[in-house]
Amino acid sequence: MTTTEAAAAVATEQARAPRPRRRTRTAGARITLLVTYAILILLAFIYIYPFLISVASSFKTDADATQNPLNLLPETWSFAAYERLFTTVPLLQWTANSAFITVVVTLCRVFFDSLAGYALSRLKFRGQSVVFASLIGVMAVPGVVLLIPRFLILKQFGLYDSYAGMIVPLIIDAAGIFIMKQFFESIPVSVEEAARIDGAGIFRTYRSIVLPMAVPALITLFILSFQGSWNEFSHFIVSRQSPSLNTLTTGVASLTSGQLGSGNQYPLQLAAAVLMSIPVAIIFFIFQKRIMSTSEGGEKG
Amino acid sequence: MSKGIRGAEGRYGWLFVSPAILIIGVFLVLPIVLALYVSLSNWNGLGSPLGNSDFIGGGNYAKVLVDTGLAQRDFGTAIRNNLYYVIAVVPLQTALALFLAVQVNRRMLKGRGFFRTAFYFPSVTSSIAITTIFIFLFTSSGAVNQVIGWFGVNGPNWFNDPRGILAPLTGAVPGDGPLGLDWAAWLSGPSVAMCVLIILAVFTTSGTFMLLFLAALQNVSGEIEEAASVDGAGPFRQFFSVTLPMIKPTLFTVLTLGLIGTWQVFDQIYLTGGGDPGKTTLTPAYLAYETSFANLKWGQGAAISFILFAIIVALTLLQRWVLRDRDLGASGVRRQKRALERLKRDAAAGAQR
Repeated sequence: MTTTEAAAAVATEQARAPRPRRRTRTAGARITLLVTYAILILLAFIYIYPFLISVASSFKTDADATQNPLNLLPETWSFAAYERLFTTVPLLQWTANSAFITVVVTLCRVFFDSLAGYALSRLKFRGQSVVFASLIGVMAVPGVVLLIPRFLILKQFGLYDSYAGMIVPLIIDAAGIFIMKQFFESIPVSVEEAARIDGAGIFRTYRSIVLPMAVPALITLFILSFQGSWNEFSHFIVSRQSPSLNTLTTGVASLTSGQLGSGNQYPLQLAAAVLMSIPVAIIFFIFQKRIMSTSEGGEKG
Repeated sequence: MSKGIRGAEGRYGWLFVSPAILIIGVFLVLPIVLALYVSLSNWNGLGSPLGNSDFIGGGNYAKVLVDTGLAQRDFGTAIRNNLYYVIAVVPLQTALALFLAVQVNRRMLKGRGFFRTAFYFPSVTSSIAITTIFIFLFTSSGAVNQVIGWFGVNGPNWFNDPRGILAPLTGAVPGDGPLGLDWAAWLSGPSVAMCVLIILAVFTTSGTFMLLFLAALQNVSGEIEEAASVDGAGPFRQFFSVTLPMIKPTLFTVLTLGLIGTWQVFDQIYLTGGGDPGKTTLTPAYLAYETSFANLKWGQGAAISFILFAIIVALTLLQRWVLRDRDLGASGVRRQKRALERLKRDAAAGAQR
């Protein structure tokens, strides 16, 4: 799937690329290009191969994975790792928790961030600039500095070790508000003004005129939120302790740091790592073009 | 517009931003205030910090920064480790990202989409999954050691090797350095285990920064580069004299983001044994967590968090100041503009010839 997509992308790009006016390519240039290919192919190999042998090793026996880590095919196919993940390891429960939290956080972020971004860019209200300046200040606070403070406040409010404590602190993302504000400022006001003059209320204008225009930015926000909350780890370390509230990240971390029996269990750990990467990989490949181009657009803005 | 609509706008404005203000206030500002108090108190973790602790001033900060003892030595070790991590990761990830971006931006190159995907994919996977994979790759008989074994090199037992890579050179340096560590310890370089984490960071971030550079490169018009090459600039000259100055703002962004990110390494340390081997991968972020959650010295852990915060802010400001100094002034901008005009003219003339 990806190769064809990539090939299609290349074809269109080549069609668009202007033809060089003069053929000045010499043998030297051709050699440079060949060297470039060699380096890039080697690098791409280094970037991809770890993922390939991880998938392969998840189907090996413990001994096979340890002795032949480079082989892309198991000596004998073993599904023991996956069997254990779905029986003795509560992987399904972790997945359910991760999915639930990701869905709620993503929906909330897309909704609240776009509301706030719209208000900050389009509605005039007193204190607007103060709110925006505080938001920029908040974005500067590094995440790891918040670990102990967040734990303290969750404990204080009795939200520690609950879904609410895991979810609510994540449902607003200052960076997301910033992205939405930038986007709303890039689209013309005239359409909204027409709707308002026709007598549509502010929320109605927002819902039926503004949001449909903002779909590209909303998708960007969706991708960022999904990836961010699915991969979130440190917040779930400090906001919960019950095993039943483990997400995929904290659960797989407990497997990797060897809290579940001793000895090497590489196939088991790798199988878990592979499974937890599938949803973000799917999102990545669906929105690949957009991911590559939105960050380009975002940087230009 | 009438006053009524303006009034409605004001109400809706506040209504629309109120969820954001509420959540950020309660789960970001308030926690920081509470933690600031805890860092100045002797709270032992029982009950609420309010009412179950006494204000003790800067004692927790002193224990970490000034008082000789284990707390100070651990903090010094964590700073030392993270310093080497930053010094290695920031230049490497920036250089690699820029290199990749320049290569996949070539018009002549086929399969650019494939290469971009390959280099970016590690950036989207979770730190947990990728660290798990790296632990597997870097075992004593693992994939990496097998590959370097083909060249006759006997690879180390990466994640269990606490030796500093500069220790053979600096091991004999005498004297005591700051924060309770002697100079030999300060100068011993990152441990072998830390080197794996450095490689891991470069591997996972180079793709993200590659995209940033790629965006900037696509704004550099092909005309200018063509003009430079008509003027006889070789590829290296062209890159350093024309392309690099034009993407300077992005370069600064990448350096700043890199600096902020590398001081926050936590997940990888948690997974690889919380600072093992021999505390050589301990970082301030993890030390703050461990001090609070494992050793129950909440005030001290919170104090370390705030010191880390101060370090990140100070270094970011310092970096901006240093880089701005070398930035173009108004006359420099004018000079660059004139140079560009000249190049474009020459290019046009070159095309007519």
